Amino acid sequence: MNETKDLSDLAAEFGLTAKEFDRVVSALGRQPNLTELGIFSVMWSEHCSYKSSKKWLKTLPTKADWVICGPGENAGVIDIGDGQAAVFKMESHNHPSFIEPYQGAATGVGGIMRDVFTMGARPVANMNALRFGDPDHPKTRHLIAGVVAGIGGYGNCMGVPTVGGETNFHRAYNGNILVNAMTVGVADADRIFYSAAAGIGNPVVYVGSKTGRDGIHGATMASAEFDDDSDAKRPTVQVGDPFTEKLLLEACLELMATDAIVAIQDMGAAGLTCSSVEMADKGGVGLELDLDQVPVRETGMTPYEIMLSESQERMLMVLEPGKEDMARAIFEKWGVDFAIVGRLTDTGRFVLRKDGEVVGDIPVRPLVDDAPEYDRPWTATEPAAPLPAGDVPAPNDLQSALETLIACPDIARKSWIWEQYDHMVMADTAQRPGGDAAVVRVHGTQKALAVSTDCTPRYGAADPTRGGAQAVAECWRNLTAVGARPLAVTDCLNFGNPERPEIMGQLVGAIQGMGDACRALDFPVVSGNVSLYNETNGEAIQPTPAIGGVGLLDDLDLMCTTAIKAPGETLILVGDTAGHLGQSLYLREVLSREDGPPPPVDLAAERRNGDFVRSLIRDRRVTACHDIADGGLLIALAEMCLAGEIGAEIEVPGDAAPAHGWLFGEDQARYLISVASENAAAVLEKAAKAGVPAMVIGETRGGDLTVRGHFTISLGKIRDANEHWLPAYMSAP
Amino acid sequence: MQASVIVFPGSNCDRDVKVALAESAGREPTMVWHGDSELPKSDLIVLPGGFAYGDYLRCGAIAAHSPIMREVVRKAEGGTPVLAICNGFQVAIESGLLPGALISNANLKYICKDVHLRVENVHTCFTAGYDEDEVIRIPIAHHDGNYVADDDTVAELEDENRIVFRYSGPDGTVDDEANPNGSRGNIAGIVNKAGNVLGMMPHPERLSDPVHGGTDGRPIFDTLAGSLG
Repeated sequence: MNETKDLSDLAAEFGLTAKEFDRVVSALGRQPNLTELGIFSVMWSEHCSYKSSKKWLKTLPTKADWVICGPGENAGVIDIGDGQAAVFKMESHNHPSFIEPYQGAATGVGGIMRDVFTMGARPVANMNALRFGDPDHPKTRHLIAGVVAGIGGYGNCMGVPTVGGETNFHRAYNGNILVNAMTVGVADADRIFYSAAAGIGNPVVYVGSKTGRDGIHGATMASAEFDDDSDAKRPTVQVGDPFTEKLLLEACLELMATDAIVAIQDMGAAGLTCSSVEMADKGGVGLELDLDQVPVRETGMTPYEIMLSESQERMLMVLEPGKEDMARAIFEKWGVDFAIVGRLTDTGRFVLRKDGEVVGDIPVRPLVDDAPEYDRPWTATEPAAPLPAGDVPAPNDLQSALETLIACPDIARKSWIWEQYDHMVMADTAQRPGGDAAVVRVHGTQKALAVSTDCTPRYGAADPTRGGAQAVAECWRNLTAVGARPLAVTDCLNFGNPERPEIMGQLVGAIQGMGDACRALDFPVVSGNVSLYNETNGEAIQPTPAIGGVGLLDDLDLMCTTAIKAPGETLILVGDTAGHLGQSLYLREVLSREDGPPPPVDLAAERRNGDFVRSLIRDRRVTACHDIADGGLLIALAEMCLAGEIGAEIEVPGDAAPAHGWLFGEDQARYLISVASENAAAVLEKAAKAGVPAMVIGETRGGDLTVRGHFTISLGKIRDANEHWLPAYMSAP
Repeated sequence: MQASVIVFPGSNCDRDVKVALAESAGREPTMVWHGDSELPKSDLIVLPGGFAYGDYLRCGAIAAHSPIMREVVRKAEGGTPVLAICNGFQVAIESGLLPGALISNANLKYICKDVHLRVENVHTCFTAGYDEDEVIRIPIAHHDGNYVADDDTVAELEDENRIVFRYSGPDGTVDDEANPNGSRGNIAGIVNKAGNVLGMMPHPERLSDPVHGGTDGRPIFDTLAGSLG
C-alpha cells in the first residue's frame, strides 16, 4: 500500500464516496489510519450495510405466530412444533462465482451453512438458485461446470444433502451469473444462539481456519460493477476447505450442547471486522482484539490484512468466563484452531492492538449507526402493452412446440447438475430433486420440511412488482403441491446498479410485490440478502428476487409427488385458465419474442386454490400434483407423465381461445392434479363449494401423451427431448 | 449383534448407517472415534461413508494410518465381519484389507444416483438375504469409485467368486452402459479372501427405509443382524 497516497483517494478506491469519507472523519474526530479506513469501507459497503435497500426492506412483513427470529441475525428461525425450529437463509455469491466459479460457488455454500449452524442448527438441506448467461456465450459452459462442481464439492464433503434448486439461462446474465445458495437447519427451539455480545470482561474467542491473505476486500468487490478487467479480481475470491468446515460444524454443535456460549457470529463478508463489530453493536458493548493472538497462515500479516481477510471457515464467539478450557478441549478434539483473541469492554469502542500498540480505535455505534442509508431516486418500469392470447401466433404444430419447450434450456431436465450433488446423505431425503419442492424428513420424526427456490426473472424484467409477487406465489404453490403448509421465506435480491433510477425502480417494485404476496399468503420473510451491482459495462441482469420457501408436512405419509401413479385416473385442472402468453416461454422459445406483460398474480385466488389443493392432499384425494408454471399446462402434464412413466390423454375445451394459449399459457394460481376416477366427482363438487375453478381435462393412460384432435407423442420421445439438452451441451467441445 | 461404527472426523454417513443398523438389529451400534486405539467388543465393524480426513490427497490414505485402523485390521484378520461402504471401501483398500484401488470416476465428476447391482455372490454373511443374480437398486454417491486392479488380482477375484456386486442394467445385463464410473468389470463390491470384509461403493443404508423410495439395501443389515445375533 502506498503510504503517501492521499487518504481520500484511497477511500475512493475502497468504494467510499467523498461524502462517506467525510462521515468517517467526523465519526472518528480525526483522519483514519489505513486499517480503520478499511474497516469503515467494508462496514459501509453495500454488501454489509444494505445502504440502498434498507429503506425498502423494512416494508417486508417479517412476523407471524410461528416466527421465532426474523431478519437481522445470521439466519431466520421458525417454529416447526414439538419444540423444534427450522433455521434458514439464502445468500448470493455472484461476483466471486463469475470470477472463479468453483471456489466462488463452494465458498457461497460454505458461508450459508455457517450462517445456519452459527444459530445452533444442524444443516439438513442445501438448495440453490442459479442463473447463467446464454448457452451460446463462450463462458457459459465453463461457468456451469465450475459452479456445479463447486457447490457439490463443498456440500458433499460436509455431508449435507443438496436437495434441489432451479437453473435458468438468459443473455442478461452473460457478464454476471447468479449463484444463490440456501441452507435449512433444524435446532431445538429453546437452544437458538444469537450474536449479541454480553458480559464485560468476557473472552472473545476465535475458532476455525487460520486467517490468510485471501478474499481481502471481497465485500467491496461484491459492491461494485464489473468491467472488462474483472478477471484481475481473482485474488479477492476466497478458497474453501469443506473438511475444516465439517470439523468446525461438529465442534460448534458439541460446544453448543453445553452452556458456554454467550454469543456467536460467523466470519463471512468482511471477516473479523464485521463479526466483531456486529456482536459488539448488538450487545451495546466495546470490544478489544489482540491481533497477535489471531491464528494466521503466514507471518508478517498487517492489521489491515488480518481485519479485512475473508478467509473461510472461521467463527467468533463470546464465552462465559471460566469455560475457556472446556471449550478449547472440544475444538482440539476436532483439530480446529481455538484462540482467545480479545475481550468485551464497557468503553463502547472497537480497539485493535498489535505488537503492544493500538492500531485501530473506533467507536462502535457510529461505525454501525452512522452507516449511510440512501433513499435513492427510482423510476418505475414502464408497463408493457397488453398482449391478448388471440394476438399471439399459433405454432406450426402443437407437437413440435411441445418438443421445443420440453427441450429448452430452462425446462430441460437438470439431472446433469443434481447428480453431482449428494442429495441423499443424512438418509432423510423423502423427495429428491426434480419435483415441485424437495422434502427432507425431520430426523427421527414423521414430519418433514419442504423447500423450494423460485423466481421467474423474465416476468420481473417486464414488471418488477408482478415479478416479485409471482416469485413468492410460485414458491408457496410449490410447497403446497407436495402437501406442505408454507411457513416462511428467505430472499436473495439480485439486481444491477442501484445508483441508476431504473434499476432502483426494479428493486423497489420487486420488494413491493414480494411484500404484497407475503402478506396475502401469510408467508413472512425471516432472512435474506441483497446483491446489487450485478452488471458489466452498464448491462444489468434481469431483476432476480429469488425466493427460498420452507413449509411443514406434519405427516410424511401424506406427501404428494408429481409422478402419475396409475392409468385410468382423472386429470383435473385447478385454477382459472385465460391462456396468458405475455412473457411466456412459448413466446420466447417458439416465437423468439420477449414481450407483453407477465401473467397477472391474483393473490386471493392463489390462496384459495392452494388451500383447496392442500386440503385434497391431506384427505388423500390426490395421487399426483404439479404446480403449473414455466411452459404452462402441457409442460406440467408432460413432466407428470415422465415422472410416473404413464401417459395421458387430454382434450382442449371447445371454448378455449386459442388452443396454444390454453396449452402453453402461464396463468398463475394453477395446479394439475390426478385423482382416482371414482373420486373425481366429489373433488369437483368440493371445488365448487370452495369457489375454486376446477375442470376435468382428461385421463391417465398408456405410454403416450395425446392432445385429442391434435397429436399423439410417445413418452420416450418426450423423455429424449427433455433429457438430451444439458448433458449434450456440457459435453460439447 | 453389537456393531461398531468407526467415526473419522470427516465421516458423514456414520449416523445414516447407525440408524440402519439399529433398525435391523434392534440395538444401537457403538460409535468409535478414529483416535481411539481400542475397539469395544464388536460382532461387526462398519467403516462408513464420508471424507475421512477431507480426502484432498488419495481418498482414505490418511485414514488408513489412524490409531483405530490398526485395531480394525487386527480384528478383521481374526475374522470379525467388516462392512466398508463408499469412503469406508476406500479406507479398507488403503489399509490393505482389500485388493485393488479406487480412482476418480471415468467422467471425473461426483455421481449421486440410483444404480442397479447384480448380486454375484450370495454366499457371504452380508448378502445371504439376496437371491443368486438378483438385481437390486441402491444409490452411489462418490467421486472416486472407479475400481481398478491388475489382471492377476481380477482373475483371482473372479476365480474365488469374490466379486459380490457388479453394476448392471435393470435386467441384470452387465455392460459398459450400466457402468457409472468406469470400474473394471463393472465391479461395485468385493470381499477379501476369507469373505469377512465386504467393500462396496453403493450405499445400502440409503435405500433401507420406505421413505427413501426403496428398501433394496436393507437385506444386508437384516442378514448381518440375523446371523450375528
